[in-house]
Amino acid sequence: MPPHLASARTGGMAALATVIALLPLALSNNYFYDIAILVGLNAIVCVGLNLLIGYAGQISLGHAGFFGLGAYGSAILASRYGWPPLAAMLTTTLAVAVLAFLVGRPILRLKGHYLAMATLGLGVIIFMVITTEDKFTGGPDGIAVAPFSVGGLVLQGERIWYWLVGALLLVAVWLALNLIESPMGRALRALHSSEVGAEVVGINAADHKVMVFVISAVFASVAGSLAAHYSGFVTPGKVTFLHSIELVTMVVFGGMASTFGAVVGAAVLTTLPQLLTVFKDYEMMVFGAVMMGTMIFLPRGVVPSLARLFQPRRQEASGKEGGA
Amino acid sequence: MPKQYSAPGSQGKGERDMSAQFMQYLLTGLTVGAIYALVALGFSIIFNASHVINFAQGEFVMIGGMVTMSLAGTGLPYLLAIPLAVVAAALVGLALEKFAVEPARGASVVTLIIITIGASIFLRGLAMLVWDKKLHALKPFTGDTPIAVAGATILPQSLWVLGVTLVIVLALTWFFSRTLFGKAILATSHNRLAAELVGINVRMVLFFSFGLSAALGAIAGILIAPITLTSYDVGVMLGLKGFAAAILGGLGSGIGAVIGGLALGVAEIMSAGYLSSAYKDAIAFVIMLAVLFFMPSGLFGKRGGERI
Repeated sequence: MPPHLASARTGGMAALATVIALLPLALSNNYFYDIAILVGLNAIVCVGLNLLIGYAGQISLGHAGFFGLGAYGSAILASRYGWPPLAAMLTTTLAVAVLAFLVGRPILRLKGHYLAMATLGLGVIIFMVITTEDKFTGGPDGIAVAPFSVGGLVLQGERIWYWLVGALLLVAVWLALNLIESPMGRALRALHSSEVGAEVVGINAADHKVMVFVISAVFASVAGSLAAHYSGFVTPGKVTFLHSIELVTMVVFGGMASTFGAVVGAAVLTTLPQLLTVFKDYEMMVFGAVMMGTMIFLPRGVVPSLARLFQPRRQEASGKEGGA
Repeated sequence: MPKQYSAPGSQGKGERDMSAQFMQYLLTGLTVGAIYALVALGFSIIFNASHVINFAQGEFVMIGGMVTMSLAGTGLPYLLAIPLAVVAAALVGLALEKFAVEPARGASVVTLIIITIGASIFLRGLAMLVWDKKLHALKPFTGDTPIAVAGATILPQSLWVLGVTLVIVLALTWFFSRTLFGKAILATSHNRLAAELVGINVRMVLFFSFGLSAALGAIAGILIAPITLTSYDVGVMLGLKGFAAAILGGLGSGIGAVIGGLALGVAEIMSAGYLSSAYKDAIAFVIMLAVLFFMPSGLFGKRGGERI
């Protein structure tokens, strides 16, 4: 690996770790911790989704479905059947991975708008199963979830969760960065530019697309499981089409094909609705306008656009972050 | 029912009831399907002209129904209220093209999807302010005495839905095959650059296609409102199902949009009637996914390889 890439990667990781470590100084009460945890969970989903959208160039408008499956899988196994939360989470993750693998192959054969609609449809179907099978899921009312515990040690309270989610986010980013620089990451970028071209040089496009689809589904599912245990309650609200769109917007807003961009996108767009509550009745309008505005004026996303601005000074960093 | 008809045994009566029930589901399904078809046509027209999927298409349906409801509420007759509502929606469509889609020309597919979804959230938020979150009823155009058809009954409003959809489909066919402007739109959809070279005002075509498809959406919203009620968020599901219909038929194909819409409507009502109504809203997506697995470009979509 070229040395400048390695340094940008460790640099980025170090910067993210510093932010996570120092942020509590600015978090004056549990409400702020709560938002920070939500940011972290969304960021984990977005880092995975960015691998699929930003690097492999495949759209998914249904990732809230995988998030929801993770949340409900954990909730049902841990709370209804009394499984240990960790076992429930791992089993759920495995099940989601298998599901993503099975539907991934036929769905990822599709391209462009057809792929968008198919993933959207998948998300909507998952949402409808969750709201309809109320015997297991509690329907639209949702269900309570037991607190997370590992070997008798119960994890509760915002502060503990903050460090847990922060650590997992670092792990997620580290995994994503490694994957991007691996042969698989290069294969993904190759098939992003041209699928036929990639196949000509011996890359099995179908296999690679399915693999990254499964990985991004697993990230979403784990974040979903954690979110369920953290908040102690799940409702179908986080499984909706709108939530899928919010996740994709976070990725695009931060900057496609930029792992740290995905984290920034998650941070901004998770905090934004909290700030928009001051607009009261106008909240929805302002949110829609912000979505339109940023995409019109910053179609490449915030991080790559900023990186471009500082191009001369940050040659190394932008080469890494604003890659595509 | 007179006694002698059931005399041969319950067998015959059951069969007749079953066919009447089937007829009932078919008529209801076609009514719903016609609305999906109109929404799907709106998707296709915009897609053809600009290769944009307009996720705000459902909001035009909402605007049509809500504006008509408000205008009719002030005592305006339908003959005036309906055209005004269609014009209002068309203006919103034109504004959407002018202020949101045009400035983002050349952006990626995902970016454009987010822009139109942002627009739909914006319009829904606006509708919530202008009106409220309540459900609103619209009076049927011509009474609500059901008409008996082959053992089933049909509402006069359903006849309006089916009739107006048929007229619109015929008018669009005429427009795209016989008028210069219609042909210019088709030319633009086939090859934008070539169309520009022969002197077609491509920008005008884009602008117009948003207005036209907004008007179609509004008409769909006005037609269905007396049957299903209307509210600020009625466009979400109708928009998604219309998109599913357009994809099922094959994006950009007019005939595909109509057949896709009708097929989804009938399948939805049949499965709700014969299987379970719990998953009524999911059926459209299940069918669409199943078809896409075998026909990745929909029923009538263009099949094409990737250019390197």
